[in-house]
Amino acid sequence: MDEPCKAMALAGWGRYKPAACHVYRPERRDALLSLLDGGAPGPVLARGLGRSYGDAAVNRTGSVLDMTRLNRMRSFDPETGELECEPGVSLSDIIAVFQPRGWFPAVVPGTHFITVGGAIAHDVHGKNHHRDGSFSSFVDSIDLWTPALGVVACSPTENADIFWATVGGAGLTGVILSVRLRLRRVESAYVLADYERCANIDAVLEAFDTTDENYTYSVAWVDCLATADSLGRSVLMRGNPALPNEVPPGHAGKPLRTPRRLNATVPFDFPGFVLNPLSIRAFNETFYAMSRPAKGKDVDYEKYFFPLDRVLHWNRMYGKRGFVQYQATFPPEGRAGLRAMLERCSIARRASFLAVLKKFGEAGKGMLSHPMRGYTLTLDIANAPGLVPFLGELDRILLDHGGRLYLAKDTVAAPATIAAMYPRLEEFRAVLHRVDPESRLNSDLARRTGIGLPARETHDV
Amino acid sequence: MSNASPGSLESVVIVGASSSLARAMAACFAAGDHALVLAGRDTAELEVIAQDLRVRYARPCRVLHFDALDYGSHPGFVAECTAALGAPPDGAVVCFGMLPVQEEAQEDFTVAGRCLDTNYTGAMSVLERFAGVFEARGSGFIAAVSSVAGDRGRKSNYHYGAAKAALNAFLGGLQNRLHARGVSVTTVKPGFLDTKMTWGLVLPALLVTDPERAAAIAVRGILKRRSIVYVPGYWRLIMLVIRHIPGVIFKRLSL
Repeated sequence: MDEPCKAMALAGWGRYKPAACHVYRPERRDALLSLLDGGAPGPVLARGLGRSYGDAAVNRTGSVLDMTRLNRMRSFDPETGELECEPGVSLSDIIAVFQPRGWFPAVVPGTHFITVGGAIAHDVHGKNHHRDGSFSSFVDSIDLWTPALGVVACSPTENADIFWATVGGAGLTGVILSVRLRLRRVESAYVLADYERCANIDAVLEAFDTTDENYTYSVAWVDCLATADSLGRSVLMRGNPALPNEVPPGHAGKPLRTPRRLNATVPFDFPGFVLNPLSIRAFNETFYAMSRPAKGKDVDYEKYFFPLDRVLHWNRMYGKRGFVQYQATFPPEGRAGLRAMLERCSIARRASFLAVLKKFGEAGKGMLSHPMRGYTLTLDIANAPGLVPFLGELDRILLDHGGRLYLAKDTVAAPATIAAMYPRLEEFRAVLHRVDPESRLNSDLARRTGIGLPARETHDV
Repeated sequence: MSNASPGSLESVVIVGASSSLARAMAACFAAGDHALVLAGRDTAELEVIAQDLRVRYARPCRVLHFDALDYGSHPGFVAECTAALGAPPDGAVVCFGMLPVQEEAQEDFTVAGRCLDTNYTGAMSVLERFAGVFEARGSGFIAAVSSVAGDRGRKSNYHYGAAKAALNAFLGGLQNRLHARGVSVTTVKPGFLDTKMTWGLVLPALLVTDPERAAAIAVRGILKRRSIVYVPGYWRLIMLVIRHIPGVIFKRLSL
């Protein structure tokens, strides 16, 4: 039977300039395969839960394949923690099933509303990157459908180049059919967190450099509006997994149990004036003031890892015009760039309250994986007049200091900018030549940034 | 664990188990401590769904081949279920269905015929076999996923609606027959569900329910031995209104 198609406007989580797309949502494996074998017209792109911020999961030319119904778990080995599943399985699914059994995804980003396929396509990182690396460190193997080679089994040892191109490859090497990933044992649902205030950027970087190794998880919230001596003042939130005897008294004996809570939701688009420099400053002041230094505080995993997931549709706070998330990673020697970017932000007063700073560990092997040794700063910036030139200024600072953008977040960067930031781009394209020489896979992100093969080789519908 | 014998668990057979609603209903039964048989034509796909249910719920889950239109195979099917479970199942739920393109059903008798053969005759045929076993045993539950479309014929889908109306009448009668024997019969009537059947149709977003929520409502109703379960409940009101529109007005409406 023909798969039904739905015309819909798609954007990333930032809701920046939605594009009309043709979307298929196969519910069976053979339906997906027949779509890939020509049933879906034009260049195709797999999409998960749409949590990448920019246009990585948008494909206005051709077809989008919504993978969320292909979310079957296939097997689980309680000896090794290896889970085999389809790519549409979400991290929230995995957590719901396995957290009560004492297992947890080894790497989680700031939201659990993402699919395993999306986590691989962007090789996502979490608060433990300095210790454990990114998501791909825990992926044992992938079954990948490719236009030129059919279904390819790839892993760090088998078809390794395809594996490392797929990891972080933004869905351009193929469509993932199945994944084997290793979960991690956890003994409780809690993190023992230490909260520290750092008066400025130097203090927080000093803390990262000297004491991050004492913590499995480390992240700092940064007040981007603070200036002068307070530039980059931060609240450090670092922690380690809590042992069963370290959980709050009410949960003793049931350390894997989490407190029940209701999620809030943002039911409609906020009008544009709600988020303004004044309201953001007030929020930041309040947050800083309320974040009292604390040692060994029990925080359940939801609150520690996914604070924003408790507010459904929080992206509506930015109103109809949406926002962009800008994630910039500076190498260790690029601290001056980080400082310059914070200065620029504090003057422009564009960045909003969710600025996050983290120190990365060593880069992984993904050709286009984002994380590399250094410091990563993440800003939410509302879509307002002058946004693009402002982002251009930030890009300039980043380039001047050897830094890079994150494709899962990027919304407007130009091809030359991305090319300068990802030195292994040619290696990636060499794999594309083998697996997809005619660009059957494509995305708005790939067309905008030119990370795919040159356009003359693509065949549009 | 996952391959353990059903033992003391209650068991249920889901007939036509590969749709997203059926899969979600199977998950609800598994979460509620039921051993499962998933039956349908595409056994490879059903095996994937069974694997998923075993991993998520650690309940026994077997796959059997079933073809709604192969009526001759239906008497043997009950025996196959019994063999797979080690005992006759406690419940049987028919989830298969076929929504033809209305215009095609109007123009092509084979399409209209297949609609009735699948939605009514296939369901009737297999459920009568389970009914006999449950009646003799004096316990069990039977349910079928029908549709609000069966409540009143409308020009947009009356072939589908007619077949579902036949199914509704059949289930009503079956319930009447089996009640005294302690066997419940539930008619599940979903409205618009966010499944392959409706993907791409222009529908009022507020009236579309995701299959997980629909399944939870349906399975709760089945296990509570309700007669008719609208999914979600507000469809009872909507259909009450639609059923009571006088014919003189109704015939002029575009529904």
